[in-house]
Amino acid sequence: MSLLELENVTLKFGGLTAVDNLSFSVEQGEVFAIVGPNGAGKSTVFNLISRFYTPVNGSIRFDGHDLLKEKSSDVADYGVARTFQNIELFEQATVLENLLVGRHRHRGSNFLSELFFTPSTRKQELQSRHFVEEIIDFLDLQAYREKRIAGLPYGVRKVVEVARALATDPKLLLLDEPASGLSVEETTDMRWWIDDIRRQMGITVLMVEHDMGLVSGVSDRVLAMADGARLALGTPSEVQSDPAVIEAYLGKAS
Amino acid sequence: MRIVFKTDYMQDLRPWKDGYQLSLYLILLGFAVAAPFLVDAFFLGELTNVLIWALAGLGLMVLTGHTGQASLGHAAFLAMGCYANIILMDAGVPFMLSFPLAGIITGFVGMIVAIPALRLHGIYLAIATLAMSILVDDIIVLTEPWTGGVGGKFAPPVNVFGVMIDRWGTPGGFYYLTLGVTVLVTLGYINLLRAPLGRSFIAVRDSEVSAQAMGIDIARTKAISFGVSCAITGLAGALMGLFSGAFNNETFSVVISIQLLMMIVIGGLGSIHGAFFGAIVIGFLPQFLSISKEWVGALFGGGNVAIPGLEFGIFGMILILFILFEPMGIYGRWLKIRTWFELFPFYRKDMFKRQKSYLKTERLR
Repeated sequence: MSLLELENVTLKFGGLTAVDNLSFSVEQGEVFAIVGPNGAGKSTVFNLISRFYTPVNGSIRFDGHDLLKEKSSDVADYGVARTFQNIELFEQATVLENLLVGRHRHRGSNFLSELFFTPSTRKQELQSRHFVEEIIDFLDLQAYREKRIAGLPYGVRKVVEVARALATDPKLLLLDEPASGLSVEETTDMRWWIDDIRRQMGITVLMVEHDMGLVSGVSDRVLAMADGARLALGTPSEVQSDPAVIEAYLGKAS
Repeated sequence: MRIVFKTDYMQDLRPWKDGYQLSLYLILLGFAVAAPFLVDAFFLGELTNVLIWALAGLGLMVLTGHTGQASLGHAAFLAMGCYANIILMDAGVPFMLSFPLAGIITGFVGMIVAIPALRLHGIYLAIATLAMSILVDDIIVLTEPWTGGVGGKFAPPVNVFGVMIDRWGTPGGFYYLTLGVTVLVTLGYINLLRAPLGRSFIAVRDSEVSAQAMGIDIARTKAISFGVSCAITGLAGALMGLFSGAFNNETFSVVISIQLLMMIVIGGLGSIHGAFFGAIVIGFLPQFLSISKEWVGALFGGGNVAIPGLEFGIFGMILILFILFEPMGIYGRWLKIRTWFELFPFYRKDMFKRQKSYLKTERLR
């Protein structure tokens, strides 16, 4: 059984069909990329999985659960973490606090135990910190640990967002354009990290990306979309040489 | 520059940074405890007033400073705490029970009020809560048999661990009662802030979408925030009622709500210190004004003329100046000054510069 399955998913905003009868599945342990021109509905697919939008029909199943029955805040509890295209960090908090928010789904304390900061809450906080420190180590964020997000450069924020998603200890990581706005060097770093996230941590990655170098470098399979529908699905080289994909990107020769 | 060398995660988990900081706060607490022996009864009353305002400020800080939900209706919760306490005491409940109950009742009412308010953002939430502040006046008049309506009620002396305390008879005792409550609430507040709940408040304030993606239930978190905020405000209201001695439907007017919000903005949104700094300004400004008015009057021979609305004019001006020149409030200014000294001569002007950020989630809608 696949980790994530979308079946005949359709989403309409008024008269506009944002996602049109889309089906695909992501297997455990693979890196799966979604490509397509602007407005193809790539990020909308992410927002569907995060349950920010509800499709008019179709089904989304994750790890045997029907995600459409869940609220968006419960999706994380099943082990789906995500980043955002326009960075959505907690601006007025430090990097460390941002990552600790990622531990929220593992919260075992309740209001009263936190109010009195009981020994069990203290233990949980120490464990959270320990987990978060490993992520900081993994993504080389030590220098920024105590810095507030509001003062950080763009490239670092991108990494912090990935770190925060990893702090939730997910099964599936959704990366929305992890390399957009990054320098060549930072993109290379991101590529190794995505590789390591899959190999060392065993986390399945689903990403939307425009940088074809990154896509063909790390992904096992690629889905090309245009106008909310599926154009092609296969290995990066298959998709890149698919005539329908070339047509969507470059237009038809007249 | 003082550098804290960290060797243990506990150093980040405990509320103070190092022994130096802890000793500063202990000295402050020492002065607070010794205050009745250091100052006269009038000034002690003023200190008590500041502490009560600080407590109310802490209440609003939870909601506005940390969860990012503006409220112009907190005077309603002050009133609720005040009347709940007095009505319970009239029914024969001892103060040691009626006081925490007043907080809990107000907290629950706050949570119920939060349910329709959850869908509102920014200015719309402020308007909805403002309506509540106005409504409570009428509710107090309508429920006259319990609340005494326009005639109002008088606060009886209260029994704390066998000691009878009343505002005028034993100002020292009342001061200690207020100080004790304020310290306990502050400690609880600090505990919440370093635990997952406090972080989820901040997450909801800074980005609702990503808070949701991290598994935080927005509606629940906001409701809890309303509950905690209103509970603290209710406690402050109960103390305010006892402090003023007599109160009626007009005691907790809309003006108090606005003053509360102004207070935490001037003090510094999003910090516990801010509530206290703001309370000092709000608490002492009227005295300061009347003293300086006398002084100016003596200087120009104008005598002691009453200038209606002077206090609010000055408050408003201070607020405008803060929003223009120091949006981070007194606490933010204090942080800057401290950093300047710590880093001398390497302080840069844009060190605390923050990006103008609208609530991102509001952009998404």
